[in-house]
Amino acid sequence: MSKLLRLLGGATLAAMIAWPVVAAEAIKPAAREWSFNGIFGTFDRAKAQRGYAVYKQVCASCHGVKYLAFRNLTAIGFTEAEAKALAAEAQITDGPNEEGEMFQRPGRPSDRLPMPYANDAAARAANGGALPPDLSLITKAREHGPDYVYALLTSYSDAPRGMTLPAGMTYNKAFAGNQIAMPAPLTEGQVEYIDGTKATVAQMAEDVVVFLHWAAEPNLEARHRLGFQAVLFLLALTVLFWFVKQRVWGDQH
Amino acid sequence: MSGAPRRQYTNPVIRWIEYRLPIFSTVEATIGADMPTPKNLNYWWSFGGLLTLALVIQIVTGIVLAMHYIAHGSMAFDSVEHIMRNVNSGWLIRYVHANGASLFFLAVYVHIARGMYYGSYKYPREILWMLGVVIFLIMMATAFMGYVLPWGQMSFWAATVITNLFSAIPVIGEEITTWLWGGFSVDSPTLTRFYSLHYLLPFAIFGVTILHIWALHVHGPNNPTGIDVKGPQDTIPYKPYYTSKYLSVFSAFMMVLAVLVFFEPNYLGHPDNYKPADPLQTPAHIVPEWYFLPFYAILRAIPDKLLGVIAMFGSILVWFILPWLDTSRVRSGRYRPLFKQFFWLLVIDFLVLMWCGAQPAEGPALIVARIATAYYFLHFIVILPLVGWFERPKPLPESISTSVLGSGAAAPKAAE
Ligand code: HEC
Ligand code: HEM
Repeated sequence: MSKLLRLLGGATLAAMIAWPVVAAEAIKPAAREWSFNGIFGTFDRAKAQRGYAVYKQVCASCHGVKYLAFRNLTAIGFTEAEAKALAAEAQITDGPNEEGEMFQRPGRPSDRLPMPYANDAAARAANGGALPPDLSLITKAREHGPDYVYALLTSYSDAPRGMTLPAGMTYNKAFAGNQIAMPAPLTEGQVEYIDGTKATVAQMAEDVVVFLHWAAEPNLEARHRLGFQAVLFLLALTVLFWFVKQRVWGDQH
Repeated sequence: MSGAPRRQYTNPVIRWIEYRLPIFSTVEATIGADMPTPKNLNYWWSFGGLLTLALVIQIVTGIVLAMHYIAHGSMAFDSVEHIMRNVNSGWLIRYVHANGASLFFLAVYVHIARGMYYGSYKYPREILWMLGVVIFLIMMATAFMGYVLPWGQMSFWAATVITNLFSAIPVIGEEITTWLWGGFSVDSPTLTRFYSLHYLLPFAIFGVTILHIWALHVHGPNNPTGIDVKGPQDTIPYKPYYTSKYLSVFSAFMMVLAVLVFFEPNYLGHPDNYKPADPLQTPAHIVPEWYFLPFYAILRAIPDKLLGVIAMFGSILVWFILPWLDTSRVRSGRYRPLFKQFFWLLVIDFLVLMWCGAQPAEGPALIVARIATAYYFLHFIVILPLVGWFERPKPLPESISTSVLGSGAAAPKAAE
């Protein structure tokens, strides 16, 4: 009986571990190597900066990243002057002034990045009824977020023969249901990279994912750094306490 | 308790206070003080202390979060992101609080299983055990309401599913649900009251924990042999023996917490909770946190809503009468060959239920959930009383000290 039990227990554990993987396999995006993966992972500054360019020149017309302020951009290697200049390119609605009027002014580093639409209704109206989600947390709000967003951006193709898409829908095999209301946002050479990198669709997709993952988890690097120290410290402490226990109990055995 | 101090204190300040308010002697007599402890406690006995540590971590991080959190439907999600991004070390505090809750439950499950295996609920520790069940129930309420606070999609829909359960109560169900919500659906008033209770309940846990430890100190802890302490040869002082033994466990616990917090802080969470709550969009699968999955599976295993709710609560309430369902007079599973097998079957059953809770309630998973639910109740209501009658326990060691000295030779060692 006890052998049977052990077998049963082992099988249960194995099934619990393996099953969700099997079930999720159908929609699981291909895993990619990201510089931010792993316990020492960091953000590739060049990619994150290029990713910001992709976001700004392409995605920003439909998607906001509402939790980011221009001053945050210094964390991915922009200088304060650059962040200031990037902010100044934006027009921000401020006010009311002394006459009680709202007014437009150039952005300051403390401003949040501007939102593309005044509200969700306006966003839907401009996108055939679909709502482009805010991208600040997108890589944490999807299973395998970074891999998924990369797959989404690079999986546009013609619909298979015999499949008719409703108006405003595009075929994308990475999206659940395979029809998405976002037209393929990236085309070869669409973004002009100032560092001369060739703007292939794959390159732009990768860069924007790095930027978006930084936007979602801006403390990742500090977290990894502190984590390494904390775990090492606690490991040493655990071993130390174990020796203390051996000493204290020495007279008992 | 008489007002007279139990012992003379040397510290003049303590003496001065003690003479006027005998608080030190009272605390010592109930929950504090160095108590003689069975000399054979193993590492499974460290989980009570661990739970106290976990509670303190939750309260300290929770109080800091509460300084920045805003309990309003239109601001809660943003305020949590504000904590994550703008508050100094806010991300750390929130990740510790969220993952701390998970480890809290992991520890409480081990603690409960330890009690079940070694028969710690039996005479004279029935009240101690029942207070533990009360703590577990309040913990569940606290964690459920805490999970609602970030006001993400899973927060909102978990709140909707669980509060809707009350509508299964005949006649007054609908009204109770409306009263709980503070409106006609889960909305900002619901969030605000959950926040108020989420702040309150941990202190209720704290209070019941004091009673729990008080009861513990009356007859002292059980031990792996399950036999009573017969004299000083069976005991050692708690300090420094068990303090030193359990410090490494506490530190290892913190290390596990650190690994989660620093390297996989969202592993135990659900991606949908990073989407703001949206009453118009139901998530594809509404799943609770992992530690509620077994009970969620029992709820959904039963086709009738009211019976499902009863079964779900019943699956925990049955623990209250466990001391009387178990008819064996031998405490420890070590000396109960048949019980031991059924104990492990129950553990497997619980894990199977946990798995079922994560699957959509349909097809083979639903059938498995039904069988596992039936077995769960069968274990407590039928198997446990019968095993007590029919089992022939192994001979018990003469005393704790002979069991410690003779392990391997004279005393029968646990087969396993
Ligand atoms: C023309 C407007 C438009 C542009 C430009 C655009 N998107 Fe979208 N996006 C949408 C719409 C609309 C949706 C909602 C799609 C749906 O729900 O079917 C969407 C959805 C998404 C989603 C969520 C998919 C999901 O799983 O729900 C992601 C991620 C995304 N966009 C990323 C991007 C990125 C990155 C860019 C820039 C490279 C970009 N989008 C550019 C309109 C746009
Ligand atoms: C028994 C102890 C406690 C448990 C098990 C617990 C559990 C939880 C859980 C599971 C969450 C959701 C975490 C997330 O996913 O973001 C949460 C959030 C929260 N808790 Fe607690 N908690 C406890 C004690 C406390 C206390 C004592 C306070 C306040 C004094 C508190 C304040 C908060 C606040 C403000 C939030 C919302 C912020 C957030 O979501 O991170 N908690 N709690």
